[in-house]
Parts: sequence; structure tokens; C-alpha cells
Amino acid sequence: MIYHKFDVVIVGAGGAGLMSAMQLAQGASIAVVSKLYPTRSHTGAAQGGVAAALGNLEEDHWKWHMFDTVKGGDYLVDQDAGEVLAREAIDAVYDLEHWGLPFNRTPDGKIDQRRFGGHSRNFGEGPVRRSCYAADRTGHMILQTMYQQSVKNQVQFFNEYMMIDLLINDGQACGIVALCLRDGTIHTFHGKTIVLATGGYGRAWRITSNALACTGDGMAVAYRRGVPLEDMEMYQFHPTGLYKIGILLSEAARGEGAYLLNNEGERFCIRYAPTMQELAPRDMVSRFIVQEIAEGRGINGKDYVYLSVAHLGKEQIDAKLPDITDFARNYLGVEPYYEPVPIQPTAHYAMGGIPTDVEGRVVMDEQNTVLPGLYAAGEVACVSVHGANRLGTNSLVDLIVFGRRAGKHIGAKWLPESDFAPLPSDPDAAATEMVEGLLSRTTGETQESIRAELRDMMMEYVGVVRNDERLQTATTKLVELKERFKSIRLMDRTRTFNTELMEVIELGNLIECSEATIAGALARKESRGAHYRTDFEKRDDVNFLSHTLAYRSETPGAPDLRYKPVVITEFQPKERKY
Amino acid sequence: MAATNGTRSVQVKIKRFQPGEKPEPYWQEFRVQVEGNDRLLDTLNKIKWEQDGTLTYRRSCAHGVCGSDAMRVNGRNRLACKLLMQDLGSRISVEPMLGFPVIRDLVVDMDPFFAKYEKVKPYLINNEPLPRTERLQSAEQRERYDETTKCILCGACTGSCPSVWANAEWVGPASIVNAHRFIFDSRDRGGAERLQILSDRTGVWRCRTIFNCTEACPRGIHVTDAIEEVKRAILYGSTEGD
Ligand SMILES: Cc1cc2nc3c(=O)[nH]c(=O)nc-3n(C[C@H](O)[C@H](O)[C@H](O)COP(=O)(O)OP(=O)(O)OC[C@H]3O[C@@H](n4cnc5c(N)ncnc54)[C@H](O)[C@@H]3O)c2cc1C
Ligand code: FES
Repeated sequence: MIYHKFDVVIVGAGGAGLMSAMQLAQGASIAVVSKLYPTRSHTGAAQGGVAAALGNLEEDHWKWHMFDTVKGGDYLVDQDAGEVLAREAIDAVYDLEHWGLPFNRTPDGKIDQRRFGGHSRNFGEGPVRRSCYAADRTGHMILQTMYQQSVKNQVQFFNEYMMIDLLINDGQACGIVALCLRDGTIHTFHGKTIVLATGGYGRAWRITSNALACTGDGMAVAYRRGVPLEDMEMYQFHPTGLYKIGILLSEAARGEGAYLLNNEGERFCIRYAPTMQELAPRDMVSRFIVQEIAEGRGINGKDYVYLSVAHLGKEQIDAKLPDITDFARNYLGVEPYYEPVPIQPTAHYAMGGIPTDVEGRVVMDEQNTVLPGLYAAGEVACVSVHGANRLGTNSLVDLIVFGRRAGKHIGAKWLPESDFAPLPSDPDAAATEMVEGLLSRTTGETQESIRAELRDMMMEYVGVVRNDERLQTATTKLVELKERFKSIRLMDRTRTFNTELMEVIELGNLIECSEATIAGALARKESRGAHYRTDFEKRDDVNFLSHTLAYRSETPGAPDLRYKPVVITEFQPKERKY
Repeated sequence: MAATNGTRSVQVKIKRFQPGEKPEPYWQEFRVQVEGNDRLLDTLNKIKWEQDGTLTYRRSCAHGVCGSDAMRVNGRNRLACKLLMQDLGSRISVEPMLGFPVIRDLVVDMDPFFAKYEKVKPYLINNEPLPRTERLQSAEQRERYDETTKCILCGACTGSCPSVWANAEWVGPASIVNAHRFIFDSRDRGGAERLQILSDRTGVWRCRTIFNCTEACPRGIHVTDAIEEVKRAILYGSTEGD
């Protein structure tokens, strides 16, 4: 057994992981374990911006931001958490600026801000300029800036180490087990604190904006160890992915004034959302598009519509949207200066995840019982600040606000009061058995068919529009895939940089995350935010104003489901109108 | 939309290195059915998932923003995820970037690359008291270093530079790009330190202005120009715009 010991083991080097690391770099001994080099993390792909009510260009207040977050999330947001998000966003953004983040600037040298979907002034009166941005590569700048600061603070990284197990002993988290890709060795990291910051699982769907590495590892590993997953049925489809490929064209385009057009050249969003139009929240815009297509108004009768930026003019496009227009050129051969870009909804963001409190501590049940030593932050976590639908630019806020809070809480409260829990005996036994099993099996099917069938199934049956029949079909398929996965075979049975081994472990993780997603969706007999069912078209606050907690059970496809009430402080649930 | 339909067969020749299995690198050819708007990365995935699971390369974002999959394609460093098959002809050669130790197949050791990056102090240096809100910076000041903020640390420039091939000690273009990003940032106070580092034996003067780096950069950064600006800053001691 290769053994390491640190006060804090942070798993994941995206925005959330690095933000936690920054708080702890002076003082505690910390390790950041990441399956990618930090700068390859998916945070770098974020485009549009990070919301904060700085009010640099027009009046704005954190309370308006909080309201928009709660309403955008279709009232499934825990409002105490929503308040923290909106309030602390402001200082977190100033922190980023102080660390050197190259934000775009206003004429008087302040951080520039632009409009984004669902963000409004004065509790819904009309769009407000709240998104702080750096062209359309805000995530890239955040990731680079935080990595730069980590270099400055000499944070210790274990790059290309993949977590494959989480260790919990006697009710306290005490370590992780990781596979070192370079040489195939298994490492045990003993920690007083484990922070999971491993990002989302968009790769479960065929059309997705997510990187190949977004495979829900942290969620799956925790789920297998008895940690519940919260609100997994709340999965966001972003309205504007490049047709067939899924690469994202940020909402920033619509924030700058882009239109969505159907085959009649009509700006159809105006019909559905007269006030916010193209800037209605994502779940709605995705449904508008699906509806247009269903009613025969897709382009050329196909399953896409147009995003048009041409009327913004070259100068504006080049200054504000350079990267995403390049994506259209590069991957579809479309010139956005003159031509509209074919787009369709793309699987984008997990509102659900590992349940935490506002300090980032993982909580295990309806009473929010803390699992000592375990924290989670970023897309892997569910605080819940996004409820049933995340607003654009609120994920980056989530990373920096709750990554920061987790780090601060660990440093100020947890480390001084706690001790290392002993490792369980044979801590790496389960992980070793899994890896050795995969490396030794010589018969069985290879990964591709299982992966393709999983992603097709999730796209067909667990997408923008759901119902009982589809979700039942999905459950049956999932159980089948789970069974087939047990006898999966690798073509590569060597140890040096075995990426097939990594991919197969990732596929197993996607299956676990999909299980919780489907089960939660099947049981939630209502429509709320991103979860839309044709057989229950209305939101049902009497029965479902609550968070799903899915616990893995021994029966495939059938986790135990429990429900936790939503925290409501200020804003009583109302119908969402935009 | 450009016409991109229709599958065709292509031959992909890949330089393999399978340590433990074979001591020396060798070339292997694969025949694959591709569509015009498939990325080279999709093609590699197809080979890996359907034909040979031992084929090894890095990848993540699949749209040119994470910097994982720089490799030498038909003799030039490119990101596999930014290359469309329709632009590549029917015989394609793929090999790991030059100037890096190879770990396996197309995966090279990036640790020395990041070590050089760290050498140039790639972070904002400014110990002045912080304002309560943001520091001010004019749009022009922001524009001054915009270009070099785009770097995704993929290594394509460094791996295409003959001066790097000749001398592994040299910091290489990517590090200089990242130094430039701070040297010309009006908020930074560490310019002199970095210029000092870059003026030594392993610094900017080894650049022979060959422009391979600029050609290789998948982000369209004018790398050679950035290096020239740093050279001028060392010579004239000024980081003002020119
Ligand atoms: C194309 C795109 C554009 C977006 N634009 C915006 C935007 O404009 N505004 C906004 O607010 N949000 C945006 N989002 C959402 C936002 O970018 C993500 O939700 C967020 O970056 C996730 O950050 P993270 O730190 O949680 O995870 P990631 O950045 O995904 O990082 C995960 C980290 O965990 C590591 N990891 C994963 N599994 C393991 C394992 N098993 N072992 C070890 N390490 C592991 C990875 O190496 C990585 O370092 C966008 C998302 C996409 C896909
Ligand atoms: S896979 Fe990210 S740059 Fe190619």
C-alpha cells in the first residue's frame, strides 16, 4: 500500500477545489488530487460569466439576485443557501479580481457586467447587468487565475491520480483511494478532511456540453459508500448547444442580444415569455425549443432551431463573443457574422449532487446530520442553491462562494477541533479488487456498446421531456446495463497510463449517477424547473416542495428514496412567469 | 451549413510506444470510417473504443479549450479536437509532440513543461494595500495583455520550437507567453523580477524568431510577437505599450 497523510485531501482541481485549497494553503498540510492536470478541468470551459450584484452599471442588490436564484430554481432552492450565494458573490468576485483575473472593464475601469438569463432588477421587472465576465472565456480566466495562485502558494498537487474509493470509518471520513495513471499504482490518502470537488456528470447523455472527464466520479464513489444523492432528477439542458455536437454557445450570446428563430424566422420566445423573451430561464427556453420542433417549426423539419447573432455586427461579436462564434465556424462551418447557427438543447449541468450545508459539510439525511470530515463543493455538491433549475452564471458563483466557505470552515472550525480517524483495516482492498478484476478479466463485452446505449437511453427517456412510460423504460434499460457492466472486459490490461481502465471506471460511475437520476425523476410526479413531465404538467407544492435523497440499495435501479423539506425564508412559492 | 455528410474511409498512421510491451516506438496503421465533420479526436476515440483499447492519448473538453490533446498531426502540432477530418485528407500521420519525453503512445510527460512555467512566476505580484472593491484598470490597459491571457498551456508552441528540441533547459515559448501576460498587466509589480529571470542563459534570447510557435498555437496567440515584446522590455526596461 502506498500511503500519504495530509490534514486535508481535496479531490478535484477545478474552480471549487482550487478555491478551497486557496483558503487552506497557509497553515494546514493539503493535497489536491486530480485526474486531470488542474488547468484541464472543466471550469475552464465556462464561457459567459459569474454573477454578482456589484451594481457597476446600473442599480442592483444581492437580494434581487437571491430572489432571481430562488425563482429561477422554481422554489426548490434552500433560501438560506440562496442568500449566502447572492450576498457573498460580491466579495468572492473582488477576491478574484485581486488575484489578477482579467475581467472586461467599463469605461471607468470597473468590472464590466452584462445581462444573463433569469437575472432581473427589482424582483422580476426586467433584465439587469449582473454577470461579470472576461470575454466569453470567464471560466478559463477563473481556472487560470486560481491555478496561478496555487502555484504562488505552493499547493501540492497529485496530478493524474483518479479517486476510485472514499474511506469512511466509524462514521467519519478518513481518506480516499486513488489510481495513479502514470504507473497504475494504488494510493491511499489518509486525511482528517476530505473535500470532494469532482464536478458534474453530463457525459451520461449523448448530446452534452460537458467534457469527457465529466463522469460524476465523486457522486458515484460517495453513493456507493452510503452517502445519499440529492435532487439528481434536476438536470439542466442548456438551450443552445451546437447541433448534433452539443458544444455550448453561451447564453452570453442572448445576453448580448442574440435571437432564437424557428423555421418561419420568428422569434418564438416572445410568444412564450413576453418580458424576458430569449432571456427566460434555461429550462423554459429548452422547452420552448422542443415545443417548436414538436409542432413542426424546427429548421427544415429537423430537430434544431437557429441562434442568430448577425445583427449584433462584427465588432460586437469579436469583442464579446469571439470563442463561441469560432466554435460555430470550426465545427459546423457556419459564419455567424452572416449566418444563423443551428442549435439544440444540450445536457449541461447537475443541480443535484452530494447534499451539503452552507459550510460545505456533507449531510446524510432529512435532519441534515453532518458526516464528520467530509465536505463537497462545486457541481458535485447540492447545497441547494440551484433548486430545480440553475441560472446562468450562478455555477461559477457557487464554486467560488461555497468552495471558499468549505475551505474557511475547515481551517477555522474543523481542523482545530478534530483528529485523524484511523483508516479501516485494508483500506485499499475494495479499490484494488475492482482494478485487479478489470485488469484480469479476459472475456465479456467491451465498453463501447454499454456507453453508447447508456447515453442514448438517457437522451431519449431522461431528457427535456419525461413521463412515466419513458422513465420506466429507462429503469429497465439501466438495470440491464448495470448487469452487463459487471462482466465488462478491457482490451488494455497493462498498467502504464491505462486510459481504457480509467474510462471503464468512469462508465461505471455514470451508471450509478444515472440510476439516482432516473429513480428520482420517476418518483417526482410533478413538473418543476428542469424536471418536466407530460403526465404531471403542474408543479405540486403540496407533495413535492421537497428535496429527493437517493440512497443506493442492493436492488439495481431502485435506490431508497427519502425526502427533505425545502428551506423557505423570504420568498413564498409563486408561479414562475417571465 | 457547409456540406459535411457522407462517410469515407481514412488511413491513420499512429506512432505507438507501449513501454513494457515493446522497448522501441513503432508505427501502426488503422483504417477507420469517418464523417466529414468528425474531429480527429472522434476518430481516435473510434479506434480506441472499437478497434484497439490500448491506444493512449489525453483528452477532455473536446472543443479546444482545455489543452489536453496537443499532438503532431501530419508534421504539425495541433489539438486533435480542433481538427476536422474533412480538412485532413485520407492518409493521416499522428505522433506525440517532439521535445517531450513520451510516456505512452501520444501521451507525453508534461511535468517539465509545468516546472518551466512555474519558473517565470506566473501569478499576479502586487503587495500594495487592496481596495475594498476592484482595482481599476482601463479598457486599454486590459487590452494590452489580452492576447496572452488566452493560453491554455497545451504545449503545442513549446513542442514545435527547434530551440526547445536543441536545448531542453530553455524555458520555451509557453512560459514566456505566461510571463508576458503579467509583465504587461498594469496591476502587476513583478515585471522586473520576471524580466531578470527571462534575461538569463535559458531565457528569451534563445528564441531565434522561427515562428513555429505562432503557427502551432491553437488559440491564435501571436507567440513570437509576444516574445519580441518581452525582449524589447528587457532591452529598454519598459513595459509600456508600443
Ligand atoms: C461549456 C460550459 C460552459 C459553462 N459556462 C458557465 C458560465 O458561463 N457560468 C457559470 O456560472 N457556469 C458555467 N458552466 C458551469 C460551470 O462551468 C461548471 O459547473 C463548473 O465549472 C464546475 O466546476 P467544478 O470545480 O465543480 O468542477 P470541474 O471544473 O469539472 O472540476 C472537476 C475536477 O475534479 C477532478 N476529478 C473528477 N473526477 C475525479 C476523480 N475520480 N479523481 C480525481 N479527480 C477527479 C477533475 O480532474 C477536475 O480537476 C458552464 C459549463 C459548461 C460545460
Ligand atoms: S480535448 Fe480539450 S483541448 Fe482538445
